[in-house]
Amino acid sequence: MTGIAIEVEGLTKRFGSKTVVDDFSMAVPKGAIYGFLGPNGSGKTTTIRMMCGLLKPDSGTGQALGYDILKQPREIKSRVGYMTQKFSLYGDLTVRENLDFMARLHALPDTRSVVDAALEEYNLTPRARQMADTLSGGWKQRLALAAASLHSPGLLLLDEPTAGVDPKARRDFWDRIRKLSRAGVTVLVSTHYMDEAVQCDFIAYIAYGRKLIDAPSDEIAARVGLHTWRIEGKGLQPVQDALEKADGVDQIARFGSAMHVSGKDADKLERAVRQFEGREGLTVSEAKTGLEEAFIYLMTGAEDNFS
Amino acid sequence: MMASLSRVLAVLMKEFIQMRRDRLTFAMMIGIPLVQLLLFGYAINTDPRHLPTLVELGDDGPAVRAIIQGMETSAYFDIQGMIAPGETDDALRTNETTFILVVPPNFERDLLRGEQPDILLDVDASDPVAAGAGAGAFPQIVASATAEYGSGAAAAATPVIHRRYNPAGETAMNIVPGLLGIILTMTMAMMTSMALTKEAERGTLETLLATPTRPLEVMAGKIAPYVLVGAMQVILMLLAARYLFGVPFLGGAGAFIIAVALFILVNLSLGFLFSTLARTQMQAMQMTFFVFLPSILLSGFMFPFAGMPGWARFLGEMIPTTHFIRAVRSIMLKGADMADVWPSLWPLMITFAVIATLALTRYRRTLD
Repeated sequence: MTGIAIEVEGLTKRFGSKTVVDDFSMAVPKGAIYGFLGPNGSGKTTTIRMMCGLLKPDSGTGQALGYDILKQPREIKSRVGYMTQKFSLYGDLTVRENLDFMARLHALPDTRSVVDAALEEYNLTPRARQMADTLSGGWKQRLALAAASLHSPGLLLLDEPTAGVDPKARRDFWDRIRKLSRAGVTVLVSTHYMDEAVQCDFIAYIAYGRKLIDAPSDEIAARVGLHTWRIEGKGLQPVQDALEKADGVDQIARFGSAMHVSGKDADKLERAVRQFEGREGLTVSEAKTGLEEAFIYLMTGAEDNFS
Repeated sequence: MMASLSRVLAVLMKEFIQMRRDRLTFAMMIGIPLVQLLLFGYAINTDPRHLPTLVELGDDGPAVRAIIQGMETSAYFDIQGMIAPGETDDALRTNETTFILVVPPNFERDLLRGEQPDILLDVDASDPVAAGAGAGAFPQIVASATAEYGSGAAAAATPVIHRRYNPAGETAMNIVPGLLGIILTMTMAMMTSMALTKEAERGTLETLLATPTRPLEVMAGKIAPYVLVGAMQVILMLLAARYLFGVPFLGGAGAFIIAVALFILVNLSLGFLFSTLARTQMQAMQMTFFVFLPSILLSGFMFPFAGMPGWARFLGEMIPTTHFIRAVRSIMLKGADMADVWPSLWPLMITFAVIATLALTRYRRTLD
């Protein structure tokens, strides 16, 4: 088991008649930052909760840090740090009181020095006496990460930790995630931000409770097999209208004065976009397929399969 | 600035939609007035009739039979049987009866001789409202039943009313011990249910469950402070009862402590059960009110228990507060001991066992 932090096989979870997670398998190498992507309601939170023993899967097996997720939830809970999607520390306790409480729940020896070290590490010392409710979003997330990593877990499960946080706070947060990762901590993090996804070593994309792809982040685009062209210039709307009906074009993404036209069939796609080459004010060039295009493509395909 | 009717209507419609979706609040708005109406209309009777009455028959004869007949037709008394001379104290202390008619030996003979013999009515006056009407009517009943033996204006027999436990007929005597039950019901059940629901509502329960903390550890840690709060409330109220209202404490401290501890446990487990049913603190509070309302109205706290019709008394017997108030009144005012209040204690034990089992089976160990 060396080298693997989490390994799950065929995880399935139903709420009533709705299958939220369907036959989900994946393996997370130790020390990796693993990105967990997918639309809202795709089963990311449910999967994470099953991995740390908060939910019992209806079927499937798995281990986290060498412990069975079905039979040894307590061993896992004392070695895993879990950060919930919604801030879930005590708003009417101070920053220090919250950390102190978590340290005691984990029965850490010498609570005081552990909490002091965490306050220092996360620059929370000046805010130690502030009520958690009065912290801004970014600081709340920082406190939550400090609380989740207080017991030096070998594995961090972060559920959309940066949702609704400003760009600078998000960057700080990711600096900390990378620092933890360098120290040997395995990180599984769910996110909707593409700039965060590219920072992950691996990415799993799930939709409708199923894993659609699972690969090193720089191989995702190639695996999806999508080709992309970029058209830049003024008056793009008629061009877009025409291309949407063109053979070989699977999807179009607009970025202000440019658009990305993607398709599976490289030849047909090239023929479709080349007809606009040389038009006044337009430049047509081949582009690298981005993660976002790849995911939207996957998502659209998944929709056709499931709905 | 003009108020726009369409905007007012928009808000109004939205409010109705939300009102209909919040089932519990809706049930409160419809249910509580209805329940109150039914209880006040049919169950509650501030002039209670048919109170249990026993007779210590020291003598028998036409005059005695006329008096008993008169008491029954007055509808205040419900003659339930005879009692031996030595057992009257026990019968009153254990709430077996409200009145005891004591006919002294040689009553008929003395009556005929014109000696105006005493005829005694022993009254459990701990609830002055309940006993008041019957006691008030007694002299008149005796007078008319024995009128033919008298001469002119002088009464043939001398009715003596013996108000036990609360000779001055002060309502505080009865209200204060009862209030102990009401306050504990209110605060214990509500505070625990709200404190526990708060964790789920705010999402902090997920944080707790994600640590190796056991559910039992969470429960014990959360409930213990409220046991302490309950104990403080009891001590405060006892001191106030004694020094502000002069309510005596005649019975056994041991029986009292056991009754209070049992009752606190019942209410904590009730609060715990509500917290497993409610999703928000608001719902938890509303559930507490559904229990609180009948606890006030049907427990004998505000209105005499004996005055209610059979179905209301049956419902009242289902309410833990009823048994607790009964036990505490007997202990404080009548000097009852453990054996005397046992009939009120075992229902509390059963209630606790049932509620705690229900709550524990419903408690979620995971987030499922």
